[in-house]
Amino acid sequence: MKVLAETSAEPARSEARPAAKMPLLQVSHATKVFDVSPPWLTRVLGRAPRALLHAVEDVSFCIRRGETLGLVGESGCGKSTVARLIVGLYRLTSGSITYDGVDIATLASGRGDRTLRRKLQMIFQDPYASLNPRWRVADIVAEPIRAQRLARGRHAVAARIGELLTQVGLAPADGQKYPHQFSGGQRQRISIARALASEAEFLVCDEPTSALDVSVQAQVLNLMRELQQRLGLTYLFISHNLAVVHHVADRVGVMYLGRIVELADKRTLFAHPRHPYTRMLLDAIPDIAMSGKARTPVAGEVPNPLSPPSGCAFHPRCPFANDRCRTEIPALRADAQAEDALVACHAVEEDRIPQK
Amino acid sequence: MNRPLLEVRHLRIEFPTRRGVLVAVDEVSFTIGPGEVLGVVGESGAGKSLTGAAIIGLLEPPGRIAAGEILLDGERIDRLPHEAMRRIRGRRIGAIFQDPLASLDPLFSIGQQLVETIRTHLPLSEGEARKRAVDLLQEVGIPAAARRTGHYPHQFSGGMRQRVVIALALAANPQLIIADEPTTALDVSIQAQIITLLKRLCRDHGTAVMLVTHDMGVIAETADRVAVMYAGRIVETGPVADVINAPKHPYTVGLMGSIPSIVADRDRLVQIDGSMPRLNAIPPGCPFHPRCPRVFDRCLHERPDLMDAGSSRAACWLYDKVPA
Amino acid sequence: MNARLVAALRLSWDSDVAYSFRHSPYAIVAAIVFVLFVGSAVFAPWVAPHNPFDLSQLDLSNSLKPPMWLPGGDPSFPLGTDDQGRDILSTILFGARISLAVGIASVLFSMVLGVALGLIAGYVGGSIDAFIMRVADVQLSFPAILIALLVDGLARALLPRSHESLAFYVLVLSIGVSGWVQYARTVRGTTLVEKNKEYVQAARLFGIHPLAIMARHVLPNVLGPVLVIATIHIATAIITEATLSFLGVGVPPTQPSLGTLIRIGNDFLFSGEWWVTLFPGIALVVMVLAINLLGDWLRDALNPRLRT
Repeated sequence: MKVLAETSAEPARSEARPAAKMPLLQVSHATKVFDVSPPWLTRVLGRAPRALLHAVEDVSFCIRRGETLGLVGESGCGKSTVARLIVGLYRLTSGSITYDGVDIATLASGRGDRTLRRKLQMIFQDPYASLNPRWRVADIVAEPIRAQRLARGRHAVAARIGELLTQVGLAPADGQKYPHQFSGGQRQRISIARALASEAEFLVCDEPTSALDVSVQAQVLNLMRELQQRLGLTYLFISHNLAVVHHVADRVGVMYLGRIVELADKRTLFAHPRHPYTRMLLDAIPDIAMSGKARTPVAGEVPNPLSPPSGCAFHPRCPFANDRCRTEIPALRADAQAEDALVACHAVEEDRIPQK
Repeated sequence: MNRPLLEVRHLRIEFPTRRGVLVAVDEVSFTIGPGEVLGVVGESGAGKSLTGAAIIGLLEPPGRIAAGEILLDGERIDRLPHEAMRRIRGRRIGAIFQDPLASLDPLFSIGQQLVETIRTHLPLSEGEARKRAVDLLQEVGIPAAARRTGHYPHQFSGGMRQRVVIALALAANPQLIIADEPTTALDVSIQAQIITLLKRLCRDHGTAVMLVTHDMGVIAETADRVAVMYAGRIVETGPVADVINAPKHPYTVGLMGSIPSIVADRDRLVQIDGSMPRLNAIPPGCPFHPRCPRVFDRCLHERPDLMDAGSSRAACWLYDKVPA
Repeated sequence: MNARLVAALRLSWDSDVAYSFRHSPYAIVAAIVFVLFVGSAVFAPWVAPHNPFDLSQLDLSNSLKPPMWLPGGDPSFPLGTDDQGRDILSTILFGARISLAVGIASVLFSMVLGVALGLIAGYVGGSIDAFIMRVADVQLSFPAILIALLVDGLARALLPRSHESLAFYVLVLSIGVSGWVQYARTVRGTTLVEKNKEYVQAARLFGIHPLAIMARHVLPNVLGPVLVIATIHIATAIITEATLSFLGVGVPPTQPSLGTLIRIGNDFLFSGEWWVTLFPGIALVVMVLAINLLGDWLRDALNPRLRT
């Protein structure tokens, strides 16, 4: 909370800041509620109640310039909603998100700062749906350049496209082809080139490699890391695959049913997972090294987000749950043993979990 | 040596298209012993699912088995008429697919579906079949199984549905189960549950499994032996520990290196440049040669067969004992 | 430039749609028939043996001649003549011209209206979507012919004097208005799917204006099904026009369409001069059938699920 207060007081000027330490993106108490009620007439006639889906609930985190924050969780945990909130595809129900000190609420309303909009870009999951099948690759990559007049004149635009395609490991001549002529990995490269075309600084990557084969995934992950080092990009990397997040991230947040349950430095989180859900996720990773360690797959499945359990949402699956867990929602607070690890768990707070 | 339960010899699957015949699977041979779990791993388009579909006789037209033979318990099953194949499917070979919803009929309760499958293949009365259905559901870990037999597929969560599909596959006590990406559509925590379940059931029932997946982790946890496929061919096969810890074929080496791990901290992943060739552009010689870091002359012209490479077998000229 | 054109032509000849066309005898025959109809309709003044509307060419002594192969037939009137002595073949050619013109024009009208409304409903959503689609539902609960009659009647009441000269446009409008719903529904459905595709979201992130996204991203990707509907709809529109003209509210008898010809000929059916109505009828059926076959083929050819 202390960090929060400091940043909001700070004037919004990126040049004056020391590059590494200040948060570039600050998400504070972000909440997104979707109204998934049946249509009005059905509600009135069928006496169906209003249905509200709390996709993201009181989520706070920050990302420093040049770092990668990984966000993991299972389907329906709200990680993709967080991604879309940040880039402005969804509007916050409450809370705030600031990028470089500027409130991104101006993005969603469509007015907003054009510079801000182009600095925040997104890489999508499905390499087949993220490129318009009827456009040539050159036109796809040129779209942000033309929309924001980042280069003028046909030759300047063409030169920039060639440069971008080369940067992601494609040939400038590939611009004349259509998306279906490329494999999934190459399409994801095109997506990255398109995001870079708008001179993005911050990339929200929503499961960018989960539709790809492992060997191709490695290519894309390597490329993303190269680009980060070369261009000083900042990533929010969303994935359900813990091993991938371990590879790319500096810090990792774990989400469960709309909330962050643990947020810590990567090494801390993977070496000493605190939250029982994080432990379970780590336990569930298939063991390639076949060290033969015993696995205890946790029973149960993610509950319906329309009617989440009371108290801590994880309590029905948690071996350490007690009455307090069933009634009181745990807050995300610093762990007693490690300052840089935030955990939302009563059992951790009360030190009820036996160490492994 | 015991006779293998399943034997696939020189299997070739073709797709005639208007631009010529595409060879999706070529010269694939392997065996599965009774109770053995064979993992078939490869990237999308490697032909692993097609091989599975060919074995259970569910190859989608215009795909066809163009050459080779498939033997179950020493008896050819690739030329059987539809009716005979249908009896084998379910009774002697069970199937589990990636999408549990696709294997379940939304219009019937899971109890009805189980009872029907059981009675099609086993000489049981309605009551006995019903009892067996409940037992099966209990065995795959569905709570309150007796009550849930009346429920329809949409009333189950994804993980529970896949359990029902496993129960259906096991209904007639088959000797072999073809599991095609059984955990791919599931969440990480559910994946672990399903793998554990599949492993335990197959051990208890002595069922052999052909586990088709792109996930090396699943293979490592489950399989006894593994076959790595690339561009429609098997490039390496051997005991799972050897293939994973000491891969021989350069493709397998690259594949293993490209998997991110939570144990090692690496700046870069090993990367195999390029991508798997499309079926209409499989290069001559070794199909992997354009991407291979250890390519030499012979690879460009001559196609390697599987040859001994330590405890594994690899289709790579690096392991040729008699140089050309 | 020329080389590029050749390359483009070669590409389209090699495309899946062209391939499926070359391998579908129905489609080829239907296309030939359709092209023949369109060609002879467009060039009717030059192709037709007579100009049936040139009063100076009419000779009442030629009235009600049977087709040339029957006794009393005259080779200069291959399909016989009507009571005014007009050549049936020529009236069919001129009639098809009007039928096709009304059909194509009204389909274009429905298509533009329906696609625009469907795009807006699907992309904008909310109450605008609800309003457009409820209007569509209400309109769909009336038969198309009733809507067309209503619009036609309204036009007659509002423009009593100039109606004759505006008849063509009124007909196009009334048939066009009655047909937009199908386009709007289809386009709305496809738009809802496309809108949530990631490439549309990406375009939103670049700050592209919603109208530009609709026009440049969504529209090209929803046009496939629209093309299929439009083709089949031309046949429906021609039939609707024929029905209206048969009922006497279509184009005036001075500019007879196939429907008008059938109505006029109908009076002679029982007096034995069957050719006056039969040949325009056959022409109508063959033309509509050809268009429908083309539409069916197009639907299959554009459906990726049916492609092997």
